[in-house]
Amino acid sequence: MRVGLFVTCLVDLMRPSIGFAALELLEAAGCEVYVPPTQTCCGQPGYNSGDRDAARALAEKVLAEFEGCEYLVAPSGSCAGMIKTHYPELFADAPSLRARVERLAGRVHELTDFLANVAKLEKVPGELRGRVTYHDSCAGLREMGVKAQPRALLAKVPGLALVEMGECEQCCGFGGTFSVKFGEISGAIADRKCEALEATGADAVVLGDLGCMLNIEGRLRRRGNEATRVLHVAEVLAGKTGKR
Amino acid sequence: MQVHSMHFKARAGNALGDATLQANLQKFGSAGLAALRARAVEAYGHAAFERLRDAGAQIRDRSLADLDTLIERFEREATRRGATVLFARTREEARDLVLEICRRHGLKKAVKSKSMLSEEAGLNEALAAAGVLPVETDLGEYIIQLAGEAPSHIIAPAVHKSKEEVADLFERAHAKPRKTDIPEMTREAREALRTHFVSADLGISGGNFLVAETGSGGIVTNEGNGRMVTTLPRVHVCITGIEKVIPTLEDFATLMRLLPRSATGQPISNYISFFTGPKGRDDRDGPEHMYFILVDGGRTNLVGTDMQEMLRCIRCGACMNHCPVYKTVGGHAYGWVYPGPMGSVLTPSYIGLENALDLPHAATLCNQCGVVCPVKIPLPDLLRKLREKQVDRGLRPWSERFALRVWAWAALHPRIYALGAWWAARYLRFLGGGLKRITKLPFAGRGWTLTRDFPAPQGKTFRELYRKRSGGA
Repeated sequence: MRVGLFVTCLVDLMRPSIGFAALELLEAAGCEVYVPPTQTCCGQPGYNSGDRDAARALAEKVLAEFEGCEYLVAPSGSCAGMIKTHYPELFADAPSLRARVERLAGRVHELTDFLANVAKLEKVPGELRGRVTYHDSCAGLREMGVKAQPRALLAKVPGLALVEMGECEQCCGFGGTFSVKFGEISGAIADRKCEALEATGADAVVLGDLGCMLNIEGRLRRRGNEATRVLHVAEVLAGKTGKR
Repeated sequence: MQVHSMHFKARAGNALGDATLQANLQKFGSAGLAALRARAVEAYGHAAFERLRDAGAQIRDRSLADLDTLIERFEREATRRGATVLFARTREEARDLVLEICRRHGLKKAVKSKSMLSEEAGLNEALAAAGVLPVETDLGEYIIQLAGEAPSHIIAPAVHKSKEEVADLFERAHAKPRKTDIPEMTREAREALRTHFVSADLGISGGNFLVAETGSGGIVTNEGNGRMVTTLPRVHVCITGIEKVIPTLEDFATLMRLLPRSATGQPISNYISFFTGPKGRDDRDGPEHMYFILVDGGRTNLVGTDMQEMLRCIRCGACMNHCPVYKTVGGHAYGWVYPGPMGSVLTPSYIGLENALDLPHAATLCNQCGVVCPVKIPLPDLLRKLREKQVDRGLRPWSERFALRVWAWAALHPRIYALGAWWAARYLRFLGGGLKRITKLPFAGRGWTLTRDFPAPQGKTFRELYRKRSGGA
């Protein structure tokens, strides 16, 4: 199975270890992983800021980079969702491009969805002693149907106990540029997420998107919570939770 | 109603700093309408409710596709049954029509059931100025009228008020000992309103739907006030948007399975009232004169455009009940009649893109609204389209446009992008210091660090590490 790994721009810049964790998981699942060296961003910042032309140009770039792969996998529901659900609409007026984009869109998966449903990963390399809670990221949940997959995979991690938080499907308040344009509102929404996850008494909150990760971790620390770890699901599954 | 939508950010800031409001919003969020809806959908069955949403969306789409002929049919049928159908192109025209009706019939007191269009038209202020006393009779509307405020929610207008705040208002307005027991407070309000119901000569209602085949208006209430308003006074005016016309009573029935469940989690509202023309010769109750005022107010500008889906809206409020932003700042922050996601689409569409610049951006695009909307309005997509229109019309600040341009250009040039990321990873890592987090970001990043730390990057980019790992230079 030839799988194209789209690490996403945030992983590239902020947490390369998550990219490598995803890579190892895909390899553990028996995939031949191809990482296009020219990959940058899926175009979402432009798309959500109303700059359709920029989004389109980047969509064409991603298309060219990943068209040859059997699957495109990203450790992010948000970026995968952009490609799967929004790219086709960007090419409404260009039938031939649209057809190509739709063919790609049908093969796009968020990492845990791919591991659980396509690669059918049986044994996960990771191990984690402790209680964790899972935050459902908006795009992963509502665009990619990611809900049971990460939980099923986490259940295979030796030592890990999952405790659900209240309103785990509630947005953390990140919202891309929203987090900067409306920092105070975004922080206040993040506060509610922090309260919900702290109430579980979990040692760590696990999630599948960098945006939420930075947002929740940033707010937890500002609130003075130094204890609760914020981990990407790929790190937990690959057993790469040692250092940041 | 005065437009304050340009000041969303400042108003939201005030809302965040208002401890009482925050406590009230917290209560609304945790024990609120969203949970009631979830229970109702559970009871109905998820798959069946999905089919119902599809049916609702189809009815609304069919109605909008046929809007011109439906309106004509409605006008014909309503007129045949003795009602007068009037059209207003603008909110101001709508207001003037109501005032003209008051003059013609010499009306002095208006009892009102909930109407958001009345808010759009600023009807209460206009009536008062013309010497007609407006009395809101929906309990929530009554409360905010006493407080001199605007609704903060389209179906729960006083949701931002606590019981204690209402007790204070009632004590002053009713000149009776302060009560804090809700049933007792409600009884006191009912008593106060009853004298108005029997003494009013004008009843003003909204219209949840207008049914073309019968020329009827239909409203949905929980307190029965709508029935009083539409039957007791000698003149009844139903004022609503032109997009509310639907073909048949059968369609009304389908939509009625969706609306209360989505709004309050009720399988059916306590009252569904129809009005078809004035009192007949043998009728004991009903108004002598019945008017329908169908208001455009910017609606036809959306027909046939990429924003038309917004006109499907049946005003249930589910989008705001589920919106993280609404639940955090409340409805008044939005600055006009309609708050939350539906408001952030409607307000710029009705009052002008340039008069509500923040609203389309005041959303995380989490799509909670989209998945609960009973008529499947793709609210995040519409918000995004409004953002695109702002860019097309040059309404975004130059700094934002410049930053986006630079980012897009770099992202299209992988080598240059890699260089930028290489530098940023190291610079931000340096700023992060020993704690590996940044407490004050420069430039636009300031918005982030107002309320949060920014976790520092690991210091090297994935692409450079991967290249090394695979033995490249």
